[in-house]
Amino acid sequence: MKILADIISATILFAVPLLLVALGGMFSERSGVINIALEGIMIIGALCSCLFLRALDDSGFGPMHPQLSMLYAILVAAGSGALFALLLAFASVNLKADQTIGGTALNMFAPAFAIVLTWAIQGQGQTTILIPTWSRITQETLGIVEKDTFLQNLVFKSFYQTTLWSIVLLLIAVVVLYRTRFGLRLRSCGEHPQAADSVGINVYRMRYAGVGISGFLGGIGGLAYTLAAGSAFQSTVAGYGFLALAVMIFGNWKPWNILAASLFFALFKILGSYSGSIPFLPKFENIKASEYIYLMLPYIVTMIVLVLTSKKSRAPKSEGIPYDKGRR
Amino acid sequence: MPEKKKRSFNFPGSTSILASLISIGIGLIFGLILLIVLNPSAAGGAFVSLVTTGFRSSDKFAKVLYQAAPLVMTGLSVGFAFKTGLFNIGASGQYTVGAAAALIGAIQFQLPWYVCLLLALVGGAFWGIFPGLFKALFNVNEVITSIMFNWIGMFAVNLTINNLPMMLAKYWGGAQMDRTANLAQANPNALIPRLGLDTLMHSNYMNTGIFIAIVFAIIAWVILSKTTFGYELKACGFNRNASLYAGISAKRNIVLSMVISGAFAGVGGGLYYLAGNGQYTLVKQLLTAGFNGIPVALLASSNPIGIIFSALFVSYIQVGGDAMQPDFVKEIIDIIISVIIYLAAFALLTRELLTRRQMLRQEEENSAADALPAASEEKDEVSQS
Repeated sequence: MKILADIISATILFAVPLLLVALGGMFSERSGVINIALEGIMIIGALCSCLFLRALDDSGFGPMHPQLSMLYAILVAAGSGALFALLLAFASVNLKADQTIGGTALNMFAPAFAIVLTWAIQGQGQTTILIPTWSRITQETLGIVEKDTFLQNLVFKSFYQTTLWSIVLLLIAVVVLYRTRFGLRLRSCGEHPQAADSVGINVYRMRYAGVGISGFLGGIGGLAYTLAAGSAFQSTVAGYGFLALAVMIFGNWKPWNILAASLFFALFKILGSYSGSIPFLPKFENIKASEYIYLMLPYIVTMIVLVLTSKKSRAPKSEGIPYDKGRR
Repeated sequence: MPEKKKRSFNFPGSTSILASLISIGIGLIFGLILLIVLNPSAAGGAFVSLVTTGFRSSDKFAKVLYQAAPLVMTGLSVGFAFKTGLFNIGASGQYTVGAAAALIGAIQFQLPWYVCLLLALVGGAFWGIFPGLFKALFNVNEVITSIMFNWIGMFAVNLTINNLPMMLAKYWGGAQMDRTANLAQANPNALIPRLGLDTLMHSNYMNTGIFIAIVFAIIAWVILSKTTFGYELKACGFNRNASLYAGISAKRNIVLSMVISGAFAGVGGGLYYLAGNGQYTLVKQLLTAGFNGIPVALLASSNPIGIIFSALFVSYIQVGGDAMQPDFVKEIIDIIISVIIYLAAFALLTRELLTRRQMLRQEEENSAADALPAASEEKDEVSQS
């Protein structure tokens, strides 16, 4: 049973960054801008928030008020991600550039900038930023007596504020996208910007908003990934930005489907890395390094599901096309 | 008339080269400012070595050429797909599969280099089929398929190499467990021929790989600009519905374009590992070499001939970046390249403005020319009456 609790908690831990970042991608694409830059946005969000956490740890504020500090760090991640994403918005909205160009530039910039900055701050060759141990929510934090039950293993194995916020943000995303005037306008800009413009919606501003929100969520997702991946930020998010893009397409640009897609993908990923310790999985004993078979699994399964659901898949109609007022 | 035609033909090309050069200049200035901010005392020397190292010695220049060869190929891979309206972010996977095919041919089956390179081409093309097929048959976005197959390819290659004991360096008396055999030991025939260039350049990095890459660039250019097939591919990329209307099979072309694109990336992997200077390392990370093709292609606006130069440039400043260490971290190069690509967005804008102005001017000329005979006719009418 302990292994089951471990698997569920690890699945949730890795689903959180995918969910947040894919939701971000969704806002951007629903407004009509393809956001290839999610990977870079995640790195910038993680970089800024980890540096911030480290500074709080040094100043002594962090250990005194751990969860308040984490909340601030999440805000830093969101803010830095959103600011960085504005560069993409500027290139793809104002300059009407091919959206992959701006995205690629940002993806290339972010990890390099992270390495250069961490070198500059921490000294030569030190490219990792350690995350303070107080960032995790433990039984102690909540004042609960430590027990080794299934539920407590499940919840407290790796519990961070980002998990809570991802649920809140998912609900907010659903409401904003489907129940507000803003959401309707945003979606209209991704489907038919000319029509949106003709009824007085400012397409440029909507697209800025879409990309900005994707930066906001992507930044938090970067922090969530770093928390999930280990104890330190190492100037990379290991392709999770691209995976989130895949999860978003897999989730058909809809928030609830994206939640399901990210849980699904994370589960298979975790099954892959726990394959050795799960009793009922085949072991392939005559094959060397058989763990690679399980590592391939999430990607193969995703492809199969995509093929099966491809008939229903529908991308926003005008995504990727710069809006030009003069065009009919 | 011929003069006019020539001018409008040259116009887009020359402005995009100019735009790229301006972007490069601004990017380098940005890099210099960054160096000064980070460490003012060492900045000057580092910038000089960044800009000049590649030409400083024949050894360094050989290294520029050696690194440029796979960059040309992955750049071609991405650029070819761009030209046909597809975004091949899967060059990394195709590169890895191509490299593995070449290495398995070289070490496990002891084949000569040209067969290995052919295997690399086939391997890359094979890995390019999937994004193409999934898009054509099931309408799955090629970006997501490419990303998935990057990972599947890398894991599959690691799995395969682990299960072929001859492949690993350990079998040939090497110390490391985690990489493939040194080609010079395992099969010297599989090394890309050096034709004495290595002794001429006094460099172990020198081989004919860059020339092979240039030949492929020319092939890509011929396919795209000189054949009906290439025209159809581009037409599909430009407007899928219009080309369908014109009787072009879009589905077939999507698959073919991804296969060709994959083949280029595969050859890139082959060229890099058959050079014998690097060994494939079994790690659970995607090879960045495939992703580096994206900036190379963007910098050259996906023009195959331009890609040769942009790959050489990227490789040149990478060699320069290595020489800046240990005062500065070499990732500063990536920042410079990213700035240059971002500026390419501005370049597009200015180019569009220039072209629009040119078109306006031509229209004015045309309408003036139209107006002139009309006026004279009027005059005739007046004189007749």
